Amino acid sequence: MEKFTSLNTTAVPLSIENVDTDQIIPARFLKATDRKGFGSNLFRDWRFDKSNEPIPDFILNNPLYGGKILVAGNNFGCGSSREHAAWALADYGFKVIISSFFADIFKGNALNNGLLPIQVSPEILQQLLSTIENNPSTLLTINLEEQILAVSSASIQVNFEINSYKKTCLINGYDDIDYLVSQQSAIEQFESITT
Amino acid sequence: MSKTLFDKVWDSHVVSTIPNGPDILYIDKHLIHEVTSPQAFSSLEERGIPIFRPQQIVATADHNVPTINQHLPIKDALSKKQVEQLKTNCKKHGIELYGLGHPFQGIVHVIGPELGITQPGMTMVCGDSHTSTHGAFGTIAFGIGTSQVAQVFASQSVLMNKPKSMRINVNGKLRPGVQPKDVILYIIAQLGTDSGTGYFAEYAGDVFENMSMEGRMTVCNMSIEMGARGGMIAPDETTFEYVKGKPFAPKGNDFEEKVIYWKSLSTDDDAVFDHEYNFDADEIRPMVTYGTNPGMGIRINDTIPNLQGASFDKSLSYMGFKKGQSLQNLEINHVFIGSCTNSRIEDFRAAAAYIKGKQKAKNIYALIVPGSQQVAKQIVDEGLDKVFTDAGFNLRQPGCSACLAMNEDKIPAGEYCVSTSNRNFEGRQGQGSRTILASPVMAAAAAIAGKIIDPSQY
Repeated sequence: MEKFTSLNTTAVPLSIENVDTDQIIPARFLKATDRKGFGSNLFRDWRFDKSNEPIPDFILNNPLYGGKILVAGNNFGCGSSREHAAWALADYGFKVIISSFFADIFKGNALNNGLLPIQVSPEILQQLLSTIENNPSTLLTINLEEQILAVSSASIQVNFEINSYKKTCLINGYDDIDYLVSQQSAIEQFESITT
Repeated sequence: MSKTLFDKVWDSHVVSTIPNGPDILYIDKHLIHEVTSPQAFSSLEERGIPIFRPQQIVATADHNVPTINQHLPIKDALSKKQVEQLKTNCKKHGIELYGLGHPFQGIVHVIGPELGITQPGMTMVCGDSHTSTHGAFGTIAFGIGTSQVAQVFASQSVLMNKPKSMRINVNGKLRPGVQPKDVILYIIAQLGTDSGTGYFAEYAGDVFENMSMEGRMTVCNMSIEMGARGGMIAPDETTFEYVKGKPFAPKGNDFEEKVIYWKSLSTDDDAVFDHEYNFDADEIRPMVTYGTNPGMGIRINDTIPNLQGASFDKSLSYMGFKKGQSLQNLEINHVFIGSCTNSRIEDFRAAAAYIKGKQKAKNIYALIVPGSQQVAKQIVDEGLDKVFTDAGFNLRQPGCSACLAMNEDKIPAGEYCVSTSNRNFEGRQGQGSRTILASPVMAAAAAIAGKIIDPSQY
């Protein structure tokens, strides 16, 4: 997994609540047997019409907005467990998703792919969305070591929570498989006691 | 210390706890299917890691299979490749596969219980969010992403922080015509689509105690639609009776010994939950959804609420509805009875009881998709197939079908489908499709009337 330490970038504001994983990547694109290329179908049915023409109103099609952070409405990633949603966001180029609330499975999937979900208060989320909407060149700074999200032009600086185990994994590029394989003898011992 | 049902099962499966981190939770059974497993197999192969406990994994093909002519090669090249990849992977790693053509094939959350693979007190995972279904047995069962599928392949364990606990009590007597699906749609409509995030739910009270196993599965199935990773019901005589005699259930003395253990799993009287909710069964009516998440539901006799907000407006505009509107008498074109939520024999019996002797309306295309080969066989054995086909319904072969429209069973853009599935997200049943979630009886009634009606009034 790619290491994550800090980031300084513009962001895309997506002020829609309850964005489900069927919107992030519709089921008809889940037929692939590898992890690559999902970014081109990210938010497919919001981004493109039936004849595959970009829908100009959708934020990802607005050339003013770009960057490696997606700032999204409450309860982002609800619905299906499809990790293809996290793959699509990462493949498109996002490194961080900011929302006031994340669905559990999506959050885990994101972390397992080096995509950092940052939860902020509803007030901060509104402030971020309106700041970015008004000024698309607003820079956001993420420092994972210090767990700080800052927007100096808007005098925003907040701490965010992350499980210390997951933080270590992201900073060092470890994934859970490495750790679990190292624990196999403990797991075997557990099996011998319980069965 | 007093423990909840969830605590008892969780605590007995913790291998160890990482300081300030998650628990290593041991997984008894791992169910896999063709869509979320290929990348997990390949990531392990790339790293040269073997499958740790192949005999604790069961595979089936369900999400991406056709529901007609299953004996013929799959037409769609990508779907064919995915299903064949599952076959190759299972063969290579010694994993039991109930693929197309096997008498045990079916939707993963239908076959687990009906084969007795699902048992009380177990931990179960699957790369599918509706794994919560198995919680009906007092099982900790939850959906995982593909990276976690690979973790379970590598270690038969997952890393997970222990979730918070909530209990949902529904007491009293359900009104005639109110089905388990209505109970869960009512709960989600009351609590909202993110109310359970970070929690595991327990459903308790008269209503669940008096419910059949299949009804309990419908309820637990939709726990994820309020954000809860899983939902459980304490195992009782109804549970033991259901499990007894199933192909993979313990037999004889083993079964009796298991029952003694299973009986000990109920939540202790003085156990405390992080959150507790109480509902009155009498308040529940047949339910329908009007929006684009399962929390946007109303009782059939109510009207769409007058809520504010851009996301709410976007949702209504997608559905073509207005605030204050009633859904009664809304003309629809499609009915889908199936999915891991409602494709078990009781669902089809309930639908058939309403349909018998009637004809579907001319404007309706109605799809009946059994959850498994065993359910399909039972439909024929009980003569329900004749009821459906005589009424003009289209009876198909088992699979996930129009619930997520990965195969060719899709609802056309702009058209309404009354569906017994679990998600009414935008485009869920096909690009531009408009889904109205309901019970099998509500769906059957809509197919006959050609419009949404309150089945309890007819």
